[in-house]
Amino acid sequence: MDRVSAHFPEAVVERYVDRAGGAWAVIHADSLPKVAAFLKNDAELEFKLFGSMDGVDRLHLAENDPRFEVIYILYSLKRREHVRFKVRVSEHKLVVPSLVPVFRGANWWERLTFDFYGIRFDGHPDLRRILLYEEFQGHPLRKDYALRDRQPLIPERPIKDIFRGPGTSGHS
Amino acid sequence: MANSHSTEAQGHNPDTDGSLPPEGSELEAHLQSKHMVINMGPSHPATHGTVRLKVELDGETIVKIDPEIGFLHRGFQKSCENVTWTQCLPYTDRLNYLSAMMNNFGFLNAVEKLIGLEIPERAQYIRVIGSELHRLTDHLTCVGATGLEMGGFAPFLYGMEARELIQDRVTELTGARLTTTFGRVGGINRDLPEGWADKVLRTLARTEDLLLEMDGLLTGNRIFVDRTKGTGVITAEDAIDYGWTGPALRACGVDHDLRKVQPYWVYDRLDFEVAVGEHGDNYDRYLVRMEEMRQSIRIIRQALETIPAGPIIVDDWRIALPPKPEVYGTIEGVMAHFKLVMEGIQVPPGEIYDATEASNGELGWYLVSDGRGRPYKCHVRAPGFPVLAAVPHIIEGKMLADLIPTFDTINMIGGEVEQ
Repeated sequence: MDRVSAHFPEAVVERYVDRAGGAWAVIHADSLPKVAAFLKNDAELEFKLFGSMDGVDRLHLAENDPRFEVIYILYSLKRREHVRFKVRVSEHKLVVPSLVPVFRGANWWERLTFDFYGIRFDGHPDLRRILLYEEFQGHPLRKDYALRDRQPLIPERPIKDIFRGPGTSGHS
Repeated sequence: MANSHSTEAQGHNPDTDGSLPPEGSELEAHLQSKHMVINMGPSHPATHGTVRLKVELDGETIVKIDPEIGFLHRGFQKSCENVTWTQCLPYTDRLNYLSAMMNNFGFLNAVEKLIGLEIPERAQYIRVIGSELHRLTDHLTCVGATGLEMGGFAPFLYGMEARELIQDRVTELTGARLTTTFGRVGGINRDLPEGWADKVLRTLARTEDLLLEMDGLLTGNRIFVDRTKGTGVITAEDAIDYGWTGPALRACGVDHDLRKVQPYWVYDRLDFEVAVGEHGDNYDRYLVRMEEMRQSIRIIRQALETIPAGPIIVDDWRIALPPKPEVYGTIEGVMAHFKLVMEGIQVPPGEIYDATEASNGELGWYLVSDGRGRPYKCHVRAPGFPVLAAVPHIIEGKMLADLIPTFDTINMIGGEVEQ
């Protein structure tokens, strides 16, 4: 990340170290593709393996402005280490540039993040839900989505179930 | 698209071209040449787990394939974020029903790093033994099923025999056959049973014999080799770009194993080799799995030989439940027990990404704690997810029959992929 800061001083918003010593960087959403391409192609870094990504809804955390975060984990087979960075997205403008042009592996992870948090990825070739069905309303991993909210595709029959109790019977 | 294709196909029909029937003759066969869309799944015998493959075919060639997942989705993350850290453990077991302990221990490793906790040496050894036992069961099932779906029932039966033997040992150790919930934050649930190590050694000897049988039946088998060699090929560069890890990546010739490159627990003290393939095809993925099983047997033998005596869980009542005499006899014991059960472990606020090498690759956890007893965010990076994402890339333009061995050897696990 030192090299990233040196190359793109305006792109890195914040840097810190997590509890296990892993270095994190917060990147400006606009410069995300640029930074990712640099991490992948720089001869000394070569973070070519797209590890993982996901969203975080910070609604109930002490710091919750902007509300959403998208985290990215890359791995370098050359340096044998992970790199961790994130972008922050506000609730009013839920768009992040897509990394699919840089990493093909980002395709499904971005669909997953879109599915569960409703964050849109600008430039994604095929942005649709991946685990839930198309008719599903809302984004269930947001903190304001109720745990027991149910959206059955076909109406469920009410069951008088003394073992499972209320909340599971389709009355919701 | 379909119409233009059908006129073209008539002109190149190999069945009729040679005999030269007159133009428009009744003898000329009108072969079906429209693109056909078929659904494989959601529960197809060759798709391990529930995944629906929407396949567009031109004859036997796959033009387009769209894997649709989510049939098993049960809200793993949301469930974890609403229970205490310890109560997440049964959920993690169910991610991969063939290697529950690996998922279990992988999650615990991340939580312990988040707390900043070092677990006792004996617990680390037992975690290694449990993980490698489950790596064996996972690979045995995968390899056996691959053999089965290529038409060989005997290798599957041998694989199942070995798997059942190992699962008997797992049952003796943990009390459960598949969903073990054996780990605890700070260590493990209970110590090795009396005489268990000898039984494991006997099981491993038998497993080695059965592996030899499977090897003899599959590795040189004409049908098996013809169907797996050169099918489902992916280059190392593409595999890395898609984020592949584990045996599937190593089959492309990339020497990458988290047990070696960032050793956790006591893997750095044990002597084993990383199996690496060459071509990145189905046959190499099969060979890598076979070799990994032999290495796992090596690891378990060494670990059983060198395991030290000592405690199996940390002695800290803020993390591990106090011993029962303390709970029943002292007020401090009661209070610690009550607080742990009702409020959960108070993990200090912070975040972490940590990964272990599960049977199919890097099992990563991104955890956020807000300082209360529950995970604020619990993201799992399932190894099967990126592997499945690359299936359209490696199978489009190939034959439908190649899909089966490819799907077998990547070993997608529905529970993990669909969370």
